[in-house]
Amino acid sequence: MQTSSDEVLISRIANGDRLAMQVLFARHHVRVYRFVLRLVRNEATAEDLISEVFLDVWRQAAKFEGRSAVSTWMLSIARFKALSALRRKPEYELDEETAEAIEDHSDDPEVTLAKKDKGALLREALSALSAEHREVIDLVYYHEKSVEEVARIVDIPEATVKTRMFYARKKLSELLKERGIDRGWP
Amino acid sequence: MTSEHKEADGIEELLPWHAAGTLSRRDAERVEAALKRDPELARRFEMVRDELGATIQLNETLGAPSARAMTDLFARIDAEPKRAPRALGLGARVASFFGSLTPRTMAYASAAAVLAIVLQAGVIGVMVSKSGSGGYETASAPTTAPGVGAFTIIRFAPQATMDDITKFMEMNKFNVVAGPTAGGLYKVRVGDASLAAGDLNALVKKLQSDKVVGFVAPTR
Repeated sequence: MQTSSDEVLISRIANGDRLAMQVLFARHHVRVYRFVLRLVRNEATAEDLISEVFLDVWRQAAKFEGRSAVSTWMLSIARFKALSALRRKPEYELDEETAEAIEDHSDDPEVTLAKKDKGALLREALSALSAEHREVIDLVYYHEKSVEEVARIVDIPEATVKTRMFYARKKLSELLKERGIDRGWP
Repeated sequence: MTSEHKEADGIEELLPWHAAGTLSRRDAERVEAALKRDPELARRFEMVRDELGATIQLNETLGAPSARAMTDLFARIDAEPKRAPRALGLGARVASFFGSLTPRTMAYASAAAVLAIVLQAGVIGVMVSKSGSGGYETASAPTTAPGVGAFTIIRFAPQATMDDITKFMEMNKFNVVAGPTAGGLYKVRVGDASLAAGDLNALVKKLQSDKVVGFVAPTR
């Protein structure tokens, strides 16, 4: 529904329309921020990165050819920026390990299950996935991207997108099992 | 047909995209047909829907960036060199094509397209703004303070029409109290504060099977 009007905005941005940039930013910055935050796990870094992402959109708008939705294009840029930041500052990976350690729990599965409802355990398991698995799950479920769009954003073949999603979900089942929930799959 | 056959057909691996509503019509119909035939596949689809709900809830708790991000961005944009107007791009060329149509042709085409696009958002917007308390109210619904009650977050199915949504809200005596968020989610009051958590979960499960509902989960 929003795709065509996003393209019109990009066309205006390519001509230097600052107001069009404000509209595009207002429309997409929260989702782009959340996508980046889930990758870098650092709020200040995520904020810095979305400024960079939208600055790239401003600079590259004239090169946008409409082969994908504007939101898909922006998530591709965001992903590239996030991965570059992670490479520049490996301490973010340390943050991730720390975050996972904090999310880890000392209770046995039965005690954990009694303490939390299934939804909370599912969210905990989702947070404990690897960055690669988290990314594909977020793109499919939260950012509502098709197989083709995920392939474009992550720069992998479409068949690999399906396989990666399958293994992400399989890993999720394993993490839930560790927390006392057996889904009987896979 | 067994679930093993579904895997061979690649049906099962399409379930996440079917739950998110991003499959082509043809693939969605294939999956729907398979779900009707195969109870085990339907059980696995429920698992996928749980994952979808948890992922949305998880992301919605991440908050939003501060105003600093926007301030920084526009300071940097203002520091960029002024650019000369460029040649028309594809989007502009399309706009130019439509501009060449007669006003009457354009008016009919635009009206039809715009009507289809805004109908769902419009009717829900009316529901949000209809009452003074900010909540949609049916004629028989009692007035309730906005923060009091049992709530869910709902994303309406993309194919749901204005009539479908209106009937759904009236039949269930629900009120839209906020939304939509960036993800097209609405906060909907589905009962009073005395509704027990177990009853709310049971209600959510029932609503999940309603064709008007794309996604639903309990919230505070």
